[in-house]
Amino acid sequence: MQGDAATIAALFAVDPVGLGGVALRAPACAARDEWLTLLRTLLPSESPFRRVPLNTGDTALLGGLDLGATLQAGRPVALQGVLAQADGGVLVLAMAERLTAGAAARFGSVLDSGHVLLQRDGLDRVLAARVGLVALDEGADADEQLPASLAERLAFHLRLDGQVKDEEGPHWTADEVQEARLRLGRVQMAQESVQALCSAALALGIDSMRASLFAARAARAAAALAGSDTVEEEHIAVAARVVLAPRATRLPPSPEQQEPEPPQEEASPPEPAENPASEPPLEPEKDAQDETKNEDGDDADVPPPEPLEMAERVLEAAQAAIPAGLLASLKIGALQRAKSPTSGSAGAEQKNALRGRPVGARKGEPRAGQRINVLETLRAAAPWQKLRRSPLAPASAMAPRIVVRKEDFHVTRFRQLGQTTTLFVVDASGSSALNRLAEAKGAVELLLADCYVRRDSVAVLAFRGKVAEVLLAPTRSLVRAKRSLAGLPGGGGTPLATAIDAAAALAGHIKRKGQTPIVVLLTDGKANIARNGHAGRGPAASDALAAAAQLRSIGVSVLLVDTSPQPQNSAAQLAAAMGAQYLALPYGGAQSLNQAVRAVAGRY
Amino acid sequence: MALNFPFSAIVGQDDMKLAIVLTAIDPTIGGVLVFGDRGTGKSTAVRALAALLPKMRAVKGCRYGCDPDAARCPDCLAAARGKAHASELVGVPVVDLPLGATEDRVVGALDLERALSQGVKAFEPGLLARANRGYLYIDEVNLLEDHLVDLLIDVAASGENVVEREGLSVRHPARFVLIGSGNPEEGELRPQLLDRFGLSVEVKTPGTLEERVEVVKRRDAFEQDPQTFTAHWKKEDDKVRKGIVAGRKRLPAVQITDSARAFTAQLCMALGTDGLRGDLTLVRAARALAAWQGDKSVTQVHLQRVAPSALRHRLRRNPLDDAGSSTRVERALAELASAPQK
Repeated sequence: MQGDAATIAALFAVDPVGLGGVALRAPACAARDEWLTLLRTLLPSESPFRRVPLNTGDTALLGGLDLGATLQAGRPVALQGVLAQADGGVLVLAMAERLTAGAAARFGSVLDSGHVLLQRDGLDRVLAARVGLVALDEGADADEQLPASLAERLAFHLRLDGQVKDEEGPHWTADEVQEARLRLGRVQMAQESVQALCSAALALGIDSMRASLFAARAARAAAALAGSDTVEEEHIAVAARVVLAPRATRLPPSPEQQEPEPPQEEASPPEPAENPASEPPLEPEKDAQDETKNEDGDDADVPPPEPLEMAERVLEAAQAAIPAGLLASLKIGALQRAKSPTSGSAGAEQKNALRGRPVGARKGEPRAGQRINVLETLRAAAPWQKLRRSPLAPASAMAPRIVVRKEDFHVTRFRQLGQTTTLFVVDASGSSALNRLAEAKGAVELLLADCYVRRDSVAVLAFRGKVAEVLLAPTRSLVRAKRSLAGLPGGGGTPLATAIDAAAALAGHIKRKGQTPIVVLLTDGKANIARNGHAGRGPAASDALAAAAQLRSIGVSVLLVDTSPQPQNSAAQLAAAMGAQYLALPYGGAQSLNQAVRAVAGRY
Repeated sequence: MALNFPFSAIVGQDDMKLAIVLTAIDPTIGGVLVFGDRGTGKSTAVRALAALLPKMRAVKGCRYGCDPDAARCPDCLAAARGKAHASELVGVPVVDLPLGATEDRVVGALDLERALSQGVKAFEPGLLARANRGYLYIDEVNLLEDHLVDLLIDVAASGENVVEREGLSVRHPARFVLIGSGNPEEGELRPQLLDRFGLSVEVKTPGTLEERVEVVKRRDAFEQDPQTFTAHWKKEDDKVRKGIVAGRKRLPAVQITDSARAFTAQLCMALGTDGLRGDLTLVRAARALAAWQGDKSVTQVHLQRVAPSALRHRLRRNPLDDAGSSTRVERALAELASAPQK
């Protein structure tokens, strides 16, 4: 892996703008620092290398009016944003896994276009911003990830796991990179190479065209780096390994089963128009296409020598680089991303919130409960003071010091996260009841105690014998919760599948109300009552697993607390089936359970 | 400014290209919403649009790009006093509204420079003024901040922008075709804004290897040598432009038969689209399609071709029917086609 990390640094240094950047998923560790240092040394020393903190506002990012300088100079003075300042260089974005969708879109548009369209504070500029971006992603688990729209625009997705291994694999010097930069424009690429990359991308289930485009550019960079003027198969293989492999969403079908499953059925191109004959062609005619081919490479009219074989070899190279288990973790990641598009926040965001975390200001009058933002209002009024003052008598004692008008008013914008409802599913069966039930009750009460601060609700669902019943509908009332929990009896079978079904139904209901459900399942995982009410470990366990898969498909956060005295496989398997976080708490008291739940729920 | 990837060189994506061409032929269809997968060339197509559009005649030096025959902006009204305006040919504006734009730049505000240096109140038109008679493009439209969305909804409906600032009141025309693109995963659009888009198209990544290879080849050729590549495709772009000009000429003469109107009404009833705007847009788009194809009257074939684009974003959500909107339009079309004509 270290070898590829060095390769990626070198390829990126050769063509930072064309390749977009690197999504570097790694904890803050020595290996990451070392990689960044390596990149810095490979890039031309005079090119900007800027670090951007996470919550950089629009003015600092894109640019805006420098109010102080403007007032002093008596003419508008623009403040350059960090994107424009880094033109021709590389930006390093810290904690990118917490980037909001809006910020990701701002970076994305600059990466796409190479300039900043500044339409702010009366300024109307187009500023060059040809930058490459290194997005540092410190996400600890699968649901903390770089926003997909940004990851898409970065050619390389690199993982470092903290191990520093020196002097392994290839490495390059700054001079070699500089030479490659000069050579890059002359590198020729044959059509069969493009074909090999595209078919590898298709076989690996990579939908976006950007991946193939990046792979082609990376192949050019690899050729330039190797001092070659044409892209050879080895360069294609490198590109497939470092660009395509980390994006794979499936493994290519093995040769013998290739026939029955044509890839990408659902994405087949739209049917041609009903009467294509009478529709003027939007597509150019055949001859035009042929001409392009001739420009692309001289060997276009000669049938390429067995391009399929080359495609297969390239695919093999990519496949070899897919680490085992990556695909499974990708699927979980996709599921978890689907439930919150703005990664890194627990509750769904509410629009036009009147409370919550302030996120800037906007023009408008303070009405309907909105709060005036005094600083922004004064800033808006400042440039116009001279204009407003001129009709007044000069230096009149009665004139106000600052003339603020209605149109200056700015109100604070808030971001509020949706309410969270924690749904406790408590196993009250004979196998786990006695000691655990008291803890669950205690934890619910502890959670309720601070739910006024966190604006959370709590619900409790208990299962024993053959049924699962809602003991406590979602509530914030401490008194009601205590009363209903006090009467919870224990003993009987473990109808786990029924309980999970009921939890899924209730979670779906909570979700439809616009709240974010979190399911906490306290069980030892030893199901012995099947869905149909009959006793039997085998069918009960398989029913439970099926129910778990269904709960997973709703896409809610689940915490499974294994309450058996000796944590066992069955509960862990169940947790995996429902995509839950697994926590073995054999001797935990109410206090530690409460802490665990808060860790899952209180991610914001 | 750097060269844009030529419109005709975009591989596939016929629905998207057709929708853009139709609104160029008849801007009253309204805007185009392009929603779909990442990396499918959504913004490439829109950015290529500027090079495609035939030039228009505008009042010389007018900051709002007024039509000389109907100059109604404050500048032209003040300057003219009954005289004819001097005019010139200008490119149709395709204006980018970037995320992070502030309200004063969108609607226009006082000219800060003149206010500071001379103490003069002068209106500095914003992006809405610049987009007048042209296109306003918002990439990632679903991420646009709410207060800007409100503003756009209002102006897009009235065709006029009113600014009150520092005791100055400016009212200027702002008629533009709104083009939005985005990825539905990032969030949904408010129904009011959805309604402002005449057509909506869904784009998908090309599925076949041939298409994908062609995409990469052309993009690669463009990036290696933009000048040569653009020059090479200029002929094709010219062809499309001529087609648009011819389509515009033919448009007023295109007939809409009673049976075509009946089909439209039946289809909209079957789908339960809200309001009349669906009917209207569908007929307009079909008429533009007939003009583009050189047909004299609108037939069922035209209606069927544009119905998904014109109607799919106007359907009410049906909780019992989880099929996508496009599927529902297709299904209604199939049912209507098989039913005996009354």
